[in-house]
Amino acid sequence: MSDTRTRPEDELSAERLSSAPTESDSPAGIGVLGWLRWTWRQLTSMRVALILLFLLSVAAIPGSLIPQNSQNSFKVETWKAAHKGITPVYEKLQLFDVYSSVWFSAIYLLLFISLAGCIIPRTWQFVGVLRAQPPAAPGNLTRMPVYAAWHSAADAKAVNAAAYQHLKRRGFRANLGNGAVASEKGYLREVGNLLFHFSLFALVAGFGWAGLASGQGGKLVIEGQGYSNTTTQLDDFTGSALYTSEDLDSFGFKLDGFTAKYQTSGDQMGSARQFTAHIRYWTGDDNTKLTKGDIEVNHPLEIGGSKVFLIGHGYAPVVTVRKADGTKVYSGPTAFLPQDGNLTSTGVIKVNDYGEKDGAKTQLGLNGFFLPTAAPNFEKTGPVSLFPDTADPALVLSAWAGDLRTNAGTPQNVYQLDTKGMTQLKVNGQPAIVKLKPGQGWTLPDNYGSVTFEGYQQWASFTVSHRPGNAVALTGAVCGILGLIGSLFVQRRRIWVRATATADGRTLVEVAGLARSESAKIAEELAEIAVDLQDEAPALDDEAPAFDEAPEDKPEHPADQDSKE
Amino acid sequence: MPLAAGVDLQLADLSNKLIYAAMAVYLLAMFAHIFEWTFGSKGAVAVRSTEQATLAETVAATAPQGAKKVTVTVASAGGGTTTLTRTALADAGATVVTSGRGDEDQVDGLGAAGTSEKGDLAGRIAISLTVLGALLHIGGVLTRGLSVERWPWGNMYEFSCAFALTTVLAYLGLLVSGKKVRWLGLPVTVAVVLTLGLAVSVLYTESEQLVPALHSYWLAIHVSAAIMCGGAFYAAFAATALYLGKDWYDRRMAEGLTTGPFGTSASIWQRLPAASTLDKLSYRINALVFPLWTFTIIAGAIWAEAAWGKYWEWDPKETWSFITWVVYACYLHARATAGWKGRKAAYLALLAFACFLFNYYGVNIFVTGKHSYAGVG
Repeated sequence: MSDTRTRPEDELSAERLSSAPTESDSPAGIGVLGWLRWTWRQLTSMRVALILLFLLSVAAIPGSLIPQNSQNSFKVETWKAAHKGITPVYEKLQLFDVYSSVWFSAIYLLLFISLAGCIIPRTWQFVGVLRAQPPAAPGNLTRMPVYAAWHSAADAKAVNAAAYQHLKRRGFRANLGNGAVASEKGYLREVGNLLFHFSLFALVAGFGWAGLASGQGGKLVIEGQGYSNTTTQLDDFTGSALYTSEDLDSFGFKLDGFTAKYQTSGDQMGSARQFTAHIRYWTGDDNTKLTKGDIEVNHPLEIGGSKVFLIGHGYAPVVTVRKADGTKVYSGPTAFLPQDGNLTSTGVIKVNDYGEKDGAKTQLGLNGFFLPTAAPNFEKTGPVSLFPDTADPALVLSAWAGDLRTNAGTPQNVYQLDTKGMTQLKVNGQPAIVKLKPGQGWTLPDNYGSVTFEGYQQWASFTVSHRPGNAVALTGAVCGILGLIGSLFVQRRRIWVRATATADGRTLVEVAGLARSESAKIAEELAEIAVDLQDEAPALDDEAPAFDEAPEDKPEHPADQDSKE
Repeated sequence: MPLAAGVDLQLADLSNKLIYAAMAVYLLAMFAHIFEWTFGSKGAVAVRSTEQATLAETVAATAPQGAKKVTVTVASAGGGTTTLTRTALADAGATVVTSGRGDEDQVDGLGAAGTSEKGDLAGRIAISLTVLGALLHIGGVLTRGLSVERWPWGNMYEFSCAFALTTVLAYLGLLVSGKKVRWLGLPVTVAVVLTLGLAVSVLYTESEQLVPALHSYWLAIHVSAAIMCGGAFYAAFAATALYLGKDWYDRRMAEGLTTGPFGTSASIWQRLPAASTLDKLSYRINALVFPLWTFTIIAGAIWAEAAWGKYWEWDPKETWSFITWVVYACYLHARATAGWKGRKAAYLALLAFACFLFNYYGVNIFVTGKHSYAGVG
């Protein structure tokens, strides 16, 4: 062990255990090019990547606390109305669209550029490592973090050859040469590392594709009615660059029935237990070939390139309106919107075609509550439902006459009454209000005719979603996990064996290992290999080996050998 | 999914009683651990290295002639060395591994009991009680599930019970696998008693069937994974916090002070494992759980795709699990980056766990989003 080679050599080899880029803080040379190079080097450095990663997590926070347009634009409007002063500032900062904002995008774009700048050179470097032989044994093996040695009577060459075989058998990539064996194992760590980072790009590609080529629409369908997937029939539609309202997948379905079940006792009484929409659907233009299907929450139905999700449900009271002379002017179900967990529902029945009354064109509007299980009396509570199922259904109505303004040109909310052009019908100066049970009728004041509450139907609302890119994102995610497992659980390590003939005619067998400091197992593994090797190179009993050899030379180890990932 | 029959009230009641019983037993275990720490403060500290050295010598001496024996020197981060001796008996092939430490700085403490026999007894009692508590706890979670014939994690109460159970099981698992982690006993029992206390008092919900949004086998996959992550993240958090404490203590010692951080008794810190051991343990647990946490998020995304039509919508729960993931990713990177590892990385680990906790309690209670059905009451 009279080797005099110095430490840097060993450290260099230690460093090469990982193909991580080296960091440099030193400012660049001169000129624009120098600055560019310096910027690039900074951007692709681990430190900046870390800062960007951290920034990304901080930047994601506001979106979880401030209502977002992408999730609930109604909530955003409510929030804006309540915080008028600060709203313009928030809008400037894009705080209602955090995840598509310029600053959020900038952070992740920089992060991905930084990642690419790190991962691509690293891949080439790793390919180089795979093509080369494991690095040769450092001159002074005692400097390695894990070390064992003993004297043997066996022939040095034979010991080296035996060590080579042992290491090969253990799955090491080994190289026998120059009086020593060099070996390395655990390449899957770097493979996993690279795979994980590449799959992040796949994930983002999946995200991006979905963003460019997906579309989503909503539709409310009453039992017994049908729907075909066209833009005129959808209640709303959000498209994207490559999937507009003209590209809608061609299919349709009929809602035959809806099953809802609720908890009937205990402190969660009224909680929903089952929602199922029973439909028959068709694809293409032929709407005669119908296939039966059920849609439940969590169980969407895939029809012709789109997925149909069950989103909500409610009731649609069936009402018939007659003029005083008995002519039917309105008949059918009208969807009412649930307001609470017990499905207290509100809605408006707009009688556009009432015709003339007393020689003047007029229209009727019925403002109402549908209560699946009506409270016995409303004096204290107002019209509320006590249970979401229809145990004791009631319809509470008030009536308005005049101009509904449905032809005013501006889009109108079908669930609200615009009372600007209308007057409420009254009895003895008090607004006329009635509570009807199914089958009951109500004679309107001032000879406006009558309203009959025929019964009720259920409705279900659906989201029709066309989203490509899911498979890409999923593949990315699965590869990402596999990569993570490889990069976190596989230990990359090197083991060197060197048997040399000493002056006194014995053979010195040295075994040394290098791994990341997180791994305690390398000592175990090295011990196992050494014990195995003693079959071929039995230790001479007369000494306590190894340390006598070079005690003052002892480890001032490259403790920082794992300084870079 | 068909509507399960209903609720077996007797089983649900039994479940509540078992959870209360488990809580009481954990509380006793916690007291026993406190006794262990108290008694242990009188004992001597850190004689392990000589103890182990003797052990190594004994093994070496008793090994028959012709046995294969190797002594491996291992350099530790602090600059000291450890040795590991492996002896293989020639005939049977059996091996004995002993290790001894050469560097006094990096020596692991003796554990809470120190050298006090009374303290050791208290510690053993505490572990027995923890095992008993865990058995009752398992019973409580099982009967809760059986009473409604579904996975018992449909709301925060059930989730908290399961989370506490995985924490205990993670700790007991480490003990069974021979890791010297009895010093984790006190933080674990304290956390479990607090979690269960919060669960039965604030978060309690009657055993019932699930809302349709939760009728999915992804409930079993996604939520089970999240619960396991929670238990393990907590264990790693305890180790990280103690690492920072021990590291601070070491620096105070180096400055010539005689007490631990905040004027705490030096004897407490002496009895803990070495800072590097704690650091390594917390890293290992975090690294082990990180892929599982990744899987939890992905499983959630797949479920969201089935339930809501989009796998990622930046719902507050999704956002915070993403934030948690990113901070843990920062920690893992920092740990491998020069200039960040050690204390700075440990602060990141604490922050990551804080994000995890906020995602659980904070988001469920203060923020409404699509995960609201998992909420309170």
